Amino acid sequence: MTDRPKRHDDDVIVCRCEDVTLGEIRRLISEGYHTIDEIKRISRAGMGQCQGRTCRHLIARELARALGVPQEEVEMPMFRPPTRPVLLSTIARGEGDE
Amino acid sequence: MNRKSADIVVIGGGVVGCATAFELARLGCKNVVLVERNTIASGSTGRCGAGVRQQFGTELNCVLAREAVRIFEHMDEYLDYEPGVEFRQSGYLMLAYSDQQWEQFQRNVELERSLDIDVKMLTPEGAREIVPFLDLEGMVGATFCQTDGHANPFHTAFAYAQAAKRLGAEILTHTSVMDIEVENNKIQAVVTDKGRIATSAVVNCAGAYSAKIAKMAGIDLPVWGERHQILITEPVEAMMGPMVISFHHDFYCQQTPHGSFIMGIGMPGEPKSFNIRSSVDFLEGMANTVMKILPPLGNLRVVRQWAGLYDMSPDAQPILGECPPIEGFYNANGFSGHGFMVSPIVGQAMAELIILGKSSVDISKLDAGRFERGELVFEPAVVG
Ligand SMILES: Cc1cc2nc3c(=O)[nH]c(=O)nc-3n(C[C@H](O)[C@H](O)[C@H](O)COP(=O)(O)OP(=O)(O)OC[C@H]3O[C@@H](n4cnc5c(N)ncnc54)[C@H](O)[C@@H]3O)c2cc1C
Repeated sequence: MTDRPKRHDDDVIVCRCEDVTLGEIRRLISEGYHTIDEIKRISRAGMGQCQGRTCRHLIARELARALGVPQEEVEMPMFRPPTRPVLLSTIARGEGDE
Repeated sequence: MNRKSADIVVIGGGVVGCATAFELARLGCKNVVLVERNTIASGSTGRCGAGVRQQFGTELNCVLAREAVRIFEHMDEYLDYEPGVEFRQSGYLMLAYSDQQWEQFQRNVELERSLDIDVKMLTPEGAREIVPFLDLEGMVGATFCQTDGHANPFHTAFAYAQAAKRLGAEILTHTSVMDIEVENNKIQAVVTDKGRIATSAVVNCAGAYSAKIAKMAGIDLPVWGERHQILITEPVEAMMGPMVISFHHDFYCQQTPHGSFIMGIGMPGEPKSFNIRSSVDFLEGMANTVMKILPPLGNLRVVRQWAGLYDMSPDAQPILGECPPIEGFYNANGFSGHGFMVSPIVGQAMAELIILGKSSVDISKLDAGRFERGELVFEPAVVG
């Protein structure tokens, strides 16, 4: 693990579904994980109930800062279906959408 | 790119490429370069169910899986990986739905036991003792192996990649292999979009894209992509230990340590392709099947579905080893849906073969030449 000076907002929760802090995101970036997809895969940020609706933008901002690029240049991961969590039993009844 | 030459270039940063690069470095090869066009674990590895089982119908598959399990069991120390690869031995419960299938399972168990793999034969009621909410309709019997399990595929690939780097291997991500230079049937160089790497040996670990890589060296490799879909639910309290698998329904389902259920089902008639889009009919087929076999799971919400590619070979078995007539061209691909589980031993065997000329587990039957010789090794037990 890389030693990184602690910053005042390191404890801020970035991904509420999976409980991932800004400090953890910063640590992963400093360890060389430089895409949202990689950060998601290693930390679970963005894999929870809300599928990264908020945290992907926060992570993108942090990556942009760390890498010194405009935020638009940070590649966004694909949204994977379904758009909202849906019960298996609902799908089995063929109702597709709640 | 500052490096212009390598002893060996490993193509593909999935779990197989990363394990191979690490084992090569561990055997003392100082100048290994791994080339990955995207990021580590961005291919099938990062999309897979990551189940690890030793219950197979051919001796070679049983042995490969057994040796892989022995490595998984102490992988965190072996690779000095602090986050851990989350290997859990919560078993595989395999369900049989016809007499013919049950006979095959019994033959498999006999084989497995002879190879020191501890597998139990169970009645449907016995299976229910392991998964209490299992629906028994139509089930003839089941087999259970406690030392089977699963690991985290991202962490496994990252662990190998980091360990390889510590031993001096270079890992180039966001770098695509565009061509392979061959002269007099000898590898000369790997050409990437970031520059040329002079080398005399290449290991083709490009998963479903392996035929494209082989073609660059003038080799026709019978490997193709086939889409397989999978979904994950919201996390809930631990309620199911083992991976539950049924060849009859072409189905598998397992609860991860994180609490989510992960499940997949084969879609009949899936064409050869590089398509990784998800489909609605998969969701429906999946939901109907899982509610038949594991009814309470109907109450769970699906949070995400995705698809990945199986790298299929004509006999659904891996293609491992050097590929004549091209000297220095090695394959480690064609895993046909069970490549994650054998990756630790495949990495070792490939490195031994390349550096020492011989591997401790005999993989010579899995060479690419078997298709021409007509010596296919059919595995009766594949799923999903
Ligand atoms: C839905 C699903 C479920 C599965 N479940 C299981 C399971 O439970 N257990 C199990 O053991 N296996 C499972 N598998 C199979 C498993 O995912 C694969 O066998 C395994 O990941 C293969 O690893 P690999 O490293 O060979 O391939 P990959 O992980 O696909 O890696 C190949 C890499 O090569 C790169 N590449 C391709 N072309 C180029 C190029 N020109 N230049 C540079 N790089 C290139 C790709 O970007 C990719 O990262 C499953 C697969 C799927 C799709």
